[in-house]
Amino acid sequence: MTEQRRARQRSRSKPAAGEPAAPRTRPQRPREGSLDGLLATKEIVISCGPGGVGKTTTAAAAAAMAACHHGGKVLVLTIDPARRLADALGLKDLGNTERRIPDEAFGHLQPRGELWAAMLDTQQSWDALVRRHAPDARTRDAILANPLYRNISGRFIQSHDYIAMERLYDLHSAGDYDLIVVDTPPTRNALDFLDAPHRMAEFFSSRLLRWLTVSYRSRMMSMASRPFLQVADRILGTQFLADIAEFFILFQSMYDGFVARADAVTRLLSDRRTTFMVVSTLEAAPVREAEYFAGALAERNLSLGALVLNKVLPAYFRDREAAQVAGRMQAGAHGLAGGLRWTDSSAVEGVQDTAARVLVEVADSFLNFGVVARREAEQQAELAASPEVLATVPFFDADIVDMEGLLRLGSMMWS
Amino acid sequence: MDGPPLLDLRLVFVTGKGGVGKTTTAAALAQLAARQGKRVLACEVDAKGDLASLFEAAPTDFSGREVVPGVHVMSMDTEASLREYLKLNLRVPVAGRLGPVAKAFGFVATAAPGVREILTVGKLCYEVRERNYDLVVVDAAASGHIVSQLAAPQAINDLVKVGLIRTQTDWMLDILSDPRRTGLVVVTTPEEMPVNETLELADRVASETTVRLSAIVANRVLPELFGRHEEAVFDQLCQRVDELSKLVGGDAEPVMDGARLAVTMRRTRAGHLQRLREGVGTAVPILYLPYLFTRAHGMRTTRQVATSLGEELGL
Repeated sequence: MTEQRRARQRSRSKPAAGEPAAPRTRPQRPREGSLDGLLATKEIVISCGPGGVGKTTTAAAAAAMAACHHGGKVLVLTIDPARRLADALGLKDLGNTERRIPDEAFGHLQPRGELWAAMLDTQQSWDALVRRHAPDARTRDAILANPLYRNISGRFIQSHDYIAMERLYDLHSAGDYDLIVVDTPPTRNALDFLDAPHRMAEFFSSRLLRWLTVSYRSRMMSMASRPFLQVADRILGTQFLADIAEFFILFQSMYDGFVARADAVTRLLSDRRTTFMVVSTLEAAPVREAEYFAGALAERNLSLGALVLNKVLPAYFRDREAAQVAGRMQAGAHGLAGGLRWTDSSAVEGVQDTAARVLVEVADSFLNFGVVARREAEQQAELAASPEVLATVPFFDADIVDMEGLLRLGSMMWS
Repeated sequence: MDGPPLLDLRLVFVTGKGGVGKTTTAAALAQLAARQGKRVLACEVDAKGDLASLFEAAPTDFSGREVVPGVHVMSMDTEASLREYLKLNLRVPVAGRLGPVAKAFGFVATAAPGVREILTVGKLCYEVRERNYDLVVVDAAASGHIVSQLAAPQAINDLVKVGLIRTQTDWMLDILSDPRRTGLVVVTTPEEMPVNETLELADRVASETTVRLSAIVANRVLPELFGRHEEAVFDQLCQRVDELSKLVGGDAEPVMDGARLAVTMRRTRAGHLQRLREGVGTAVPILYLPYLFTRAHGMRTTRQVATSLGEELGL
């Protein structure tokens, strides 16, 4: 083993138990960094941001690039059941268990490492969690069979956030991968998943929970003296209330395991080996959300490693000279069309008329997109976030349908 | 198409993938109905304050406020909804905040699926039943969560066998399942993922809820620059860009490149629209709204989109 590799391994070794994560000093402006460098140094990259900006694709592209150029085992963990992504990765489908992307999917490229992918299945992951934390087989089976459990684990929105972070912790601590890229759930509040572990622990430790379950046990005697239960009973019905109470009495037995795990997940998120990649477009609403998100990361002293701006219009739309040309083209379309020498002499007049119409449309379109492009540039200039890496990805004229497309996208944000 | 015209419904839920213009469409629909002389309640379910800002108004609360003539805007608040419910139905006097009951409620609402949803949908159905407005437009949950919101009364019916809630869900289901009164509008953009999600949602709405899909709004449709014949001429012009540059007195290449990009974008999007049309069939009308190059927010947009919607609805 070379000295260099040993040093690298040392720096990657886990901090001793109880050792607090070192405070990070945040750069004031984008550093001369690249996604290449960022992915080479981190073990976990969490891709987040508003919905509909290409977050899943960006995460997959980053992971594919890392597998190609850095080597090692790279995993992309997604929550989006997008068929196209599975197709693009050369897999029939994505499931809860990680699967390796066949090298053939990379085409003529020989990836240095291995690319793996998994899609988070909330229900399956919850079941696995219950199996791990349940104190005995009887409790485990009772929880898995409880109708409320199935409802909550499958539909309770925050449970997706929690389980994504839980799964990440699990995969990371198993040590099977050099780099894990996580695509986060498109939550209403993009921050929910950051607080999810803590909130879940708080939920199970709440005095209210204890109060409810204790009062349920003795409620036959004290029903009349408990106005809440009386009201709840009238609203929800006795059986439903009993189901709730049974569920929480069972879940309390897993309390210690849950809290310990939630703390560990929180520590992992703030570890220096973990970084966040905020993905956005330059449209007004996504930019607002992305900024809010970047601010919240800073507040929590979490590292904003990269800001990826997707679908950015080409810079030539903002070119002043080109806009003047478009203006002249629009005003003098007929003269221009007449000035061109048309070889197709049989219908010169018709062609000239058509050409004039086309030139007007072309110029108008250019000026329209020019407005959008300038608005985008303004949004970008106003971005207060200061990531280590800022990458802009130009507008793609085609959908990404295969690994070639993913890598093409990836190379645009790479260095 | 069965069912009445969109604006003759009493309760319209507007949903869509995040970022496709769901709130703008809901605001425009309310504005359009008000132009037709209707008294409209527009309700924002995710209390972000965006809906009121589309009428240039300060954020609203649960009690609501008339922001422009004919349009009232309110923001959903499940705790306030519970308080109103308790007052109306159980004669439980609730002064000020709910205090410990609210805490307990927050807990039960987190634990019991559908409680939050039922209080949201319940309040909206209540406004319809009491005929306080001609039309209730809901800026509803995003497409990922709309099904659990709309299916909540049915889910509660399945979970809760007895109790007051059980009798309450029955009349809600009556309103939600009535295609003459209630409809769902899904907003999408002509892009791959939003169209996929819209098609999936259309299936789920049909199989998991009793609400009828009334219309799909295809937002941000790019203008067609030219037809096939003109495109051939455009190609010729591109080949002679140097000659064109000389005539116009400046480099025409970026302008032609920009047009080519616009044509490609338009074509890719037309493919997705085609897929959308084939996927939903003829039973559900698709309303097309143009891409707005100039503004992204505010009353100006709301009015422009309302006008476009009106044209699409033949008003």
